[in-house]
Parts: sequence; structure tokens; C-alpha cells
Amino acid sequence: MRRNQVAVVGAAETTELGVIPNMSQIQLHADAALNAIADAGLKLSDIDGFATAVESPQQVCHYLGIKPTWVDGTSVGGCSFMLHVRHAAAAIEAGLCKTVLITHAESGKSMIGKLPRSIPADSLQGQFEAPFGVYGPPSMFPIPVLRFMKTYGITHEQLSMVAVVQREWAAKNPRAMMKDPITVADVLNSRMIAYPFRLLQCCLVTDGGGALILTSADRAKDFPRKPVYIMGTGESVETPMVSQMETFNSSRAFKVAGPLAFKEAGIAHKDVDHLMIYDAFAHLPLFGLGDLGFMPHEETGKFIADGNTRPGGKLPLNTNGGGLSYMHSGMYGMYALQESVRQMRGIAPAQVPNAKISVCHGVGGMFAASGTIIFTNER
Amino acid sequence: MAEPQRARPKPTPETQHFWDGTKASELRLQRCDACAHVYFPPRPFCPSCAHRKVTTFKASGKGTLYSYVINHRPAAPGFTAPYAIAVVELEEGPRMMSNIIDCPQTPEALALDMKLEVAFEQLDDKITLPVFRPAKG
Repeated sequence: MRRNQVAVVGAAETTELGVIPNMSQIQLHADAALNAIADAGLKLSDIDGFATAVESPQQVCHYLGIKPTWVDGTSVGGCSFMLHVRHAAAAIEAGLCKTVLITHAESGKSMIGKLPRSIPADSLQGQFEAPFGVYGPPSMFPIPVLRFMKTYGITHEQLSMVAVVQREWAAKNPRAMMKDPITVADVLNSRMIAYPFRLLQCCLVTDGGGALILTSADRAKDFPRKPVYIMGTGESVETPMVSQMETFNSSRAFKVAGPLAFKEAGIAHKDVDHLMIYDAFAHLPLFGLGDLGFMPHEETGKFIADGNTRPGGKLPLNTNGGGLSYMHSGMYGMYALQESVRQMRGIAPAQVPNAKISVCHGVGGMFAASGTIIFTNER
Repeated sequence: MAEPQRARPKPTPETQHFWDGTKASELRLQRCDACAHVYFPPRPFCPSCAHRKVTTFKASGKGTLYSYVINHRPAAPGFTAPYAIAVVELEEGPRMMSNIIDCPQTPEALALDMKLEVAFEQLDDKITLPVFRPAKG
């Protein structure tokens, strides 16, 4: 795909984030979509392309009253929205549609109108993982961590610092769910969830949603907001079974998607001003820093523990507070994208001064899928 | 009300041989007749070279502890926390998820790369699960 041909011209989250007991999941989609449409200065009838995950496109299009000529229901977990951005950019460039709306919403905490997630007993996961006691993401996502730690000499303290640093970012963000400062000792003394991970190393469980609107870069200059251009994109999948990853020392899906995006953008790692790495659990930023090629994996724990990703550090990472402290409805990728767009617009609560390039990297399932989007505010 | 039960696998035509194997106290893997790749989970073709002729064979049952978590909460139905969910690297190459028996479920007792051997835990007359215990000697 050619870089900077498509731009984000509308971006918004749901009016409320956190615990939203008075709204069903489909209404959270609508709330985010209507906010994004207002942000872009558009009418619903201007939307001719639509993408969403988990909920079907027909469900959300009908509810909103959208008549699309292009739809994408790619649903590969929390990074689905990165893939939607990539697919939408290709569709706009190909002339299949002009103005794409991407929505995410999840009643992850209040569970109102949320579709059930179940593992059929005759699926491969149902036969070869479920019988051994996996029960939700905290019992599965951290399974590779001990191997990763042994291979690269990563310590429990370094994995605690991921949570500590992200809380520093969250403290600057009025919409973050958790803002009180924490220490490594707080992390290491928090409730054990699935060894080696404790409560403060696991993402929040909240309600919320978000929406993006994309159009061609040529049209984007006529919109009220500063355009944020899609500079590079990548995607991949590996396996829905965490036990069957090629290795626990890295994520194959990360290693495919990340470099694809960098190549497309034509940038080097030193050009990156701002970075989002989907942090459902504390090990993900370490996998991401290594697999995206920022540094060898063995340096990632020390890099974070030394403060390089904290406010004022040389590589600002997860500046909204991340899934650990900002919010995590279940499919966090949309919120990472929203923060990248805010940073590129220059309106983030913890704004990185003069940031021009933002890398936004997502994971789906337990390392099952991946999507990377590189944004810029300069064409 | 009955006790909540551990999730029970339901075999498919492609996996039946594996579950017939565990019932007979055999851990069965598959090897490609063309490229000799050994793989898991079961399927009637080679995921490395796509060859359709593959041979099912009895694995040694020996492996090492590749990684694990000790799950504290929430516990899956039929499990009492804390319990380890392990990934075992088999001598033949493939890895599989399992549980470690006859071993304290603690970080001290569960050392990465420790030697393991397969054991079989019968759930009912249809399903026997492959689990692992520390290897003797």
C-alpha cells in the first residue's frame, strides 16, 4: 500500500468509559460512532464503508441506519481494529468506498447485550487446551512468560515496572480508570492471579467503545480536524492455541506485522516519537519492543525499568495508561488507536511534545493475531 | 446439584485416534511420510509440506517442562486452585498443553526444563487425558 494516501478524519471514544451499567453493547457502538461522526463533521448518510469485530457489520449497520457499499467483519480479537484500518485504507485506495466508519464496543464489565464467548468441546482448543484448566485470558496469556524470562534473563521486578510506569502515564489522564501511583512492591504484593502474574500485571475489565472515520488524504484536508495519515500497516495471525506458538521467546504474528508496517512507512526505529503496544498483560510491551525490532528481547526489561518509556523518557510508550491502567473492555486495540490519533492531533492528555510519528501495535487472542498501524501528522 | 466438571474433549474424525490412544495408555503423534515432520495437534495431512500421507505412531511419552502458569483465580470448573497449566515439549518435538501430577504446584518444584513422563488420567469411559509427572531417575 502507498503511504499517506488515507487519513483518519474522525476519532472518538464512548462518552463514558469504565463502568457503564445503563448502556448495552450495541448502544455503546452507536455512542462511539455518533461521537466520531460529530468529530468529523459528517452525517451518518456520508458513511459508505463499515467495519467492526465480534458484533456483525449487519447488526451495527442496521442499528445505526448505515447503507454501506463495503463491509469488513474481520474478527481476530483485540487487534481487529488495526486490521480494519489496514483493510479500509486499501478499500479507499481501490475506490470501493469513500468514507469508512470502524466501531468497537464492549460491555466487558457490565455484560449487557454481550455475545457469549464459548469454546466448543470438539474444537482443537476444546480438546487440547480446555481440559487442562485454562479459564479465561489470565490463565492463558501469561503461559509463555516464564520461558521468556528464563531465555532473556528478565526479572519479576522488571515485569512489575511495566505496570508502575504505565500508572505514571495514567496519572496524567483524567479518563484513566486507575490513577493512583504504585510501586514495584505494590505490584509484587498484589493478589496472585496466575503465577508469575499478579493483579496489577493484568489488564482492567471495563465497559466502553471507540470509533474511527477514514477517508482519502486528498479529501481529508477539507475536514475540521487535523488529518492523521496512515503511513504504514501490517497484519498476521499465528494460532488460536497459545500452547502451539512456534516459540515462547517471541510472537511470530508480531514479527510479521511489525516489520511490514515499518517497511511500508519507510521509517527506522529512531524516527518513532510515540509508541503504543497493546498491554493486556505486563509481558506484552517486552515482546513488542523485541519483535518490532526496537532492541534485542534481552534488553527490553531493563529498558523499561530504567525509565526510557515513562513520561519524559526517550520512547514514550502506552501514554494513555494502557490496558493496565486506562481501560480494557476486552478488545483494547481501538483505545490504543485512539491514543495514537490524539497524539498525532496534538490533543492527548499526556501529549508528547512535537510527536510526528506514532506506532500502534495490537495483539488479538493470546498471541493469536497481530496488527500494526503507523500514523503521521505530516504528509 | 452435581459438582462442576472439568471440560471434556469431544473427539472428531481427525482426532479420534489420539483419544483411542490415551484410552489404551498410548500418547500418539503423527509423522509425515514425505518430509518426516512430527506434529500436533492431529490432522490427516502434514502442516509443514501439505502431504496427505501421514503415519500415526506411539510417542515415547518423554518430555520437558517448556513453560507454565500456576492458576489462582478464577479456577476452571473441576479444578482446585492453585494448579499449574503446563506446556510440555515432547522428545519428538511437538509441544502440548497438560497438567503436572505428583508434584507440588509451586514455582520451586516446577523447574523449567525438568524431565517429565506421560501418565494417563481417566475422566470417564470415553475420555482419558494425557498428563505428565516428574520423570523417575
